[in-house]
Amino acid sequence: MTTVSMTVNGKAVSGDVEDRTLLVDFIRVNLGLTGTHVGCDTSQCGACVVHVDGKAIKACTMLAVRAEGSEITTIEGLAKDGELHPMQAAFKENHGLQCGFCTPGMIMAATEFVERYKVSGIELDEAAIRKELEGNICRCTGYHNIVRSIEDAASKM
Amino acid sequence: MNEGIGARVLRKEDKRFITGEGRYTDDIVQPNQRYASFVRSPYAHAKIKKINKSAAEGMVGVEAVFDGKQLTGDGIGNIICGWMIHSKDGSPMNMGVWSALATETVRYVGDAVAVVVADTAANAKAAAEAVEVDYEELPSVIKPDAALEKSAPQIHDNAKNNLIFDWEIGEEKATDDAIKGAAHVVELDVTNNRLAPNAIEPRSAIAVYSKAEDHYTLYTTSQNPHVARLVLSAFYQVAPEHKLRVVAPDVGGGFGSKIYIYPEEIVCLWASMKTNCSIKWTAERSESFLTDAHGRDHVSNIKIGFDKNHKIVGLKVDTIANLGAYMSLFSSCVPTYLYATLLSGQYDIANIHCNVRTVYTNTTPVDAYRGAGRPEACYLVERAMETAARQLGTSPAELRRKNFVGSFPHQTPVIMNYDVGDFAANLDAAIKAADYGGFETRRAEAAKVGKLRGIGMSSYIEACGIAPSAAVGSLGAGVGLWESAEVRVNPVGTVEILTGSHSHGQGHETTFAQLVCDRFGLPADNVQVVHGDTDKVQFGMGTYGSRSGAVGMSAIAQALDKVEIKAKKIGAHMLEVKESDIVIEDGEVKVPGSNKVLGWHEVCLNAYTAHNLPEGMEPGLKEGSFYDPANFTFPAGTYICEVEVDPETGHTDIVQFVASDDFGTIVNPMIVEGQVHGGIAQGIGQALLEEVVYDDNGQLLTGSYMDYAMPRADDLPSYQVSHESTPCPSNPLGIKGCGEAGAIGSPPALINAITDAIGNNDLSMPATPAKVWAAIQAAGTKQAAE
Ligand code: FES
Ligand code: FES
Repeated sequence: MTTVSMTVNGKAVSGDVEDRTLLVDFIRVNLGLTGTHVGCDTSQCGACVVHVDGKAIKACTMLAVRAEGSEITTIEGLAKDGELHPMQAAFKENHGLQCGFCTPGMIMAATEFVERYKVSGIELDEAAIRKELEGNICRCTGYHNIVRSIEDAASKM
Repeated sequence: MNEGIGARVLRKEDKRFITGEGRYTDDIVQPNQRYASFVRSPYAHAKIKKINKSAAEGMVGVEAVFDGKQLTGDGIGNIICGWMIHSKDGSPMNMGVWSALATETVRYVGDAVAVVVADTAANAKAAAEAVEVDYEELPSVIKPDAALEKSAPQIHDNAKNNLIFDWEIGEEKATDDAIKGAAHVVELDVTNNRLAPNAIEPRSAIAVYSKAEDHYTLYTTSQNPHVARLVLSAFYQVAPEHKLRVVAPDVGGGFGSKIYIYPEEIVCLWASMKTNCSIKWTAERSESFLTDAHGRDHVSNIKIGFDKNHKIVGLKVDTIANLGAYMSLFSSCVPTYLYATLLSGQYDIANIHCNVRTVYTNTTPVDAYRGAGRPEACYLVERAMETAARQLGTSPAELRRKNFVGSFPHQTPVIMNYDVGDFAANLDAAIKAADYGGFETRRAEAAKVGKLRGIGMSSYIEACGIAPSAAVGSLGAGVGLWESAEVRVNPVGTVEILTGSHSHGQGHETTFAQLVCDRFGLPADNVQVVHGDTDKVQFGMGTYGSRSGAVGMSAIAQALDKVEIKAKKIGAHMLEVKESDIVIEDGEVKVPGSNKVLGWHEVCLNAYTAHNLPEGMEPGLKEGSFYDPANFTFPAGTYICEVEVDPETGHTDIVQFVASDDFGTIVNPMIVEGQVHGGIAQGIGQALLEEVVYDDNGQLLTGSYMDYAMPRADDLPSYQVSHESTPCPSNPLGIKGCGEAGAIGSPPALINAITDAIGNNDLSMPATPAKVWAAIQAAGTKQAAE
């Protein structure tokens, strides 16, 4: 067992983990933040995406001990002062979710790449959105309305 | 704001999902919770000689290790198929024994043989690996046609040559004669590829046993918690029905795979009682691939005969359907009554015959997956129609139009009675939206840059909302297929709807509330939809077969009728007017054009204070209904797909996908469009990317997202979806159902487009770049030779 400490959604947290414990399990089991999901065992589905020091990371690919000292945002920490993040609002407005299981990962991945494109000044068109979503699988929506949601949010972010 | 029927109301349930507050089974933690991990067969077929549990039992954190003999020894029953099919010789289907934990023989890779219960998921998994099972490997058979050969290994003792049943529908002789006399016959051999359903939330269960109460609770990823409870108690003897509560909380997609009651749920419940602990099990994705019931897997031959005017005179099909190693809950009805009854398509065909043989193989059990039988039927008919048009040198659209059923009701030769439709309207709408007429110009443009452009269509029909209970009972169903609803009006006028339907992405919390808005003019926020808990909801058959609208909402409508009648009686009494003068709208109970107006809440409050009720009326305002449909419903439509194929690589790019559907009444167009998008994506996945592949020894080669090609965002286009509706006459709201249409109509449209592009009709699903490239080469070789 190792004690890890990090900041999650603005709060300092720590806990004892085994060396093999994945960040996603630390978040879900130790911290009880179950908005971050697990949809696969090969780092393909993206249901587990969180932000680690501002980068979108699949929390199932990172050991909890590696996150020592980092700044983490999960889906639960995205809305600020009761105000939905524009990406969250856009998913609702554009029916970008059905069962909701892929949604937290989609939203966390999308907020990061929209920001990234913004900073780089490259245009985020439909093709680019679809390419950026390569690491996020949705079985329900056929992606149509996810793409619409991200386009909508990008215009407001 | 109008939030009634037809309004694009944003989803009430979204808030919790977009903020991470959804509550799925694996999110739930119970006191005294342990974790289960299953020991699974690495062989496709083997005898279990010995199980040595002692090493595992001694490992850290391990609470218990159980095997199949202990399970059956405690009287836990075998897993059953709930739909009896008889072979054409009258003999009942040959259902083999399926124990939740195998006792003597394992029959597919992933078959569970033992379970470990431990303090953490990691410790349970480590100990499961330490359980030593001594197997004697047996020969196995994987392919359905090979399974029927005399020399094939026998999988279940009671199913000779692995044949489960040999079933037929329609008139064979008349059909043969019609085809014999036809001016032109089209014949195709078609394989419908096996798919893994892949709801993104893996299956999960938490069993909670209370010793003091001798009571069980099961939290589970189910599309139909009441059916689960019924089957778990009545057939598997896990617990009596009144001592078992099943809760299906938020469920992350189902697509059929979460209808069934799987070994893991049975074992967790039983092990919870044995250990007096709560037990959680959540599938890893690799376990989902191995154990979630797969879909499709048919091998068929179709013949369609046309007269010299291009009218269809007869259609004949011969199918072998692979049901895997065991008969799953509804496995028998999928390749029979959900399949062959739709072989008439949208066409007026006098003679149809279909023969279906179902077989056991050493593979994962196969059952209903989005569309269930109907995609297989549609694929056959619509591939054959497009092929016929090419062979006859006529337009695919006109060949279809010429053969459409034109008047309703229409009795097909394969049971179904189509009640209403306007097939030409959907064809026309799709043709217009796709600019079908301008295609040849686009083809020429594409050719200039070295691309092969093709267009294909599919005019599908399907049957939803299954169906009058007595009718399905006579066809072998072990259950009734009605739905129940209860409408509880609270004293303050807010409303709760308790429904037996289950939402796992369909948005029922919104659309069901819209029915109340529509009826009484209340805001959707004043309505709460309750589902997924056998302790709260009276009973229900759950959600599958696109039945929540046509059947589930009809039950709510019927219950609302009763509420409306009683509310009007109370209102009339309070206002001292005739009941027939009362109208309820905009949240008011009133006599229109007068000053006699009561707030809805005033009537509701009076219903509960009972201070001023009509003589003899019971207090309260709460009504229930059990709705049994009068007929199947028949959604139909036309899909057009346009592709560009790169001849260098065989890569297919979908440049346009148009859908025109007839779903009858649409309660929320936004949600219906979403259903169509998702369905089309799954259909495109089947046609272009997905296939479950086993090697010759029954090892699953596509056991993860590294190997099984799930459709991703950049494999798919945006879709153009529209509706041409004819309301369904057989239910009160006119709803037909929309959940599966996309997955049914899209695969043939896509394959018809690719084969059009490459000039070679010989192409099977999934049309991977390698296959398409090879087909292009073959077509080129053929052309060179001609
Ligand atoms: S759970 Fe992390 S990518 Fe699937
Ligand atoms: S909304 Fe269900 S997986 Fe994306």
